[in-house]
Amino acid sequence: MPVNIHSVGEVLTVYLEGEIDHHAAKGMREEIDAAVEFNMPSLLILDFDRVTFMDSSGIGLVMGRYKNLQKSGAKLNLSNLPPNIYKVMKLSGIEKLAKIDKGEN
Amino acid sequence: MKAINTFSLKIPSRSTNESFARVAVASFAAQLDPTVEEISDIKTAVSEAVTNCIVHAYANTIGDIYINCAILPEKRLRIKIKDKGCGIEDIKQAMEPLFTTAGGERAGLGFAVMESFTDNLKVRSTLGKGTTVTMEKRISVRENV
Ligand SMILES: Nc1ncnc2c1ncn2[C@@H]1O[C@H](COP(=O)(O)OP(=O)(O)OP(=O)(O)O)[C@@H](O)[C@H]1O
Ligand SMILES: [Mg+2]
Repeated sequence: MPVNIHSVGEVLTVYLEGEIDHHAAKGMREEIDAAVEFNMPSLLILDFDRVTFMDSSGIGLVMGRYKNLQKSGAKLNLSNLPPNIYKVMKLSGIEKLAKIDKGEN
Repeated sequence: MKAINTFSLKIPSRSTNESFARVAVASFAAQLDPTVEEISDIKTAVSEAVTNCIVHAYANTIGDIYINCAILPEKRLRIKIKDKGCGIEDIKQAMEPLFTTAGGERAGLGFAVMESFTDNLKVRSTLGKGTTVTMEKRISVRENV
């Protein structure tokens, strides 16, 4: 499974894994949305530590989740972005909307 | 411009081929001894162009995607990705960041990614006939360690 989900209190953390392209994004979106709907978090953390590839489909995935969270006023954090993933993500300007941390390496 | 090496590929526009296409081009590019970052840039740019063929050009059908790669003098990689799909009405507008005709889950940043991850991007398109995206990437010259 390309996502792993942990919910503690009002914080929902989704650990994404593998390659995020148009082919993979659909399944990830469905799993994230189902978990958000069920847990109703006030903070969603998307963890990219184990993501090896991402193109603009990944940006679409993140922006789409951001828009959904706004309806309930919940926040979005993006964590542990590897350098190649950060390089794509920063083109979206999402940094103005969500907190990003690039991880250790 | 005389190519030193080339390869061509024709694949149906199935989304499973997105990863195959970018890995195929990256493997071919390996003979230029690119850095990890350059390989990642190439994969991302190819993924954008191929995904556009699948999502836009052949939106409700399966058609052929043609990929042609050439290694040119001075460590340059030229990648051509062509479809015979719906074509683009206004290329200039399509290439503007955040412009998308798909809405919803698409960011409209595919061309912006291709532009920033390669050294040259050209788009040719005819409505009803198809689109060809040509990208060029210069691979850095490195000292042998
Ligand atoms: N091969 C193509 N055939 C037909 N139309 C295309 C093609 N490639 C791009 N387009 C058009 O150009 C627009 C912009 O493309 P771009 O890749 O920048 O964004 P997107 O595909 O809509 O979103 P994203 O790539 O961020 O998921 C598309 O919405 C589509 O209308
Ligand atoms: Mg696109």
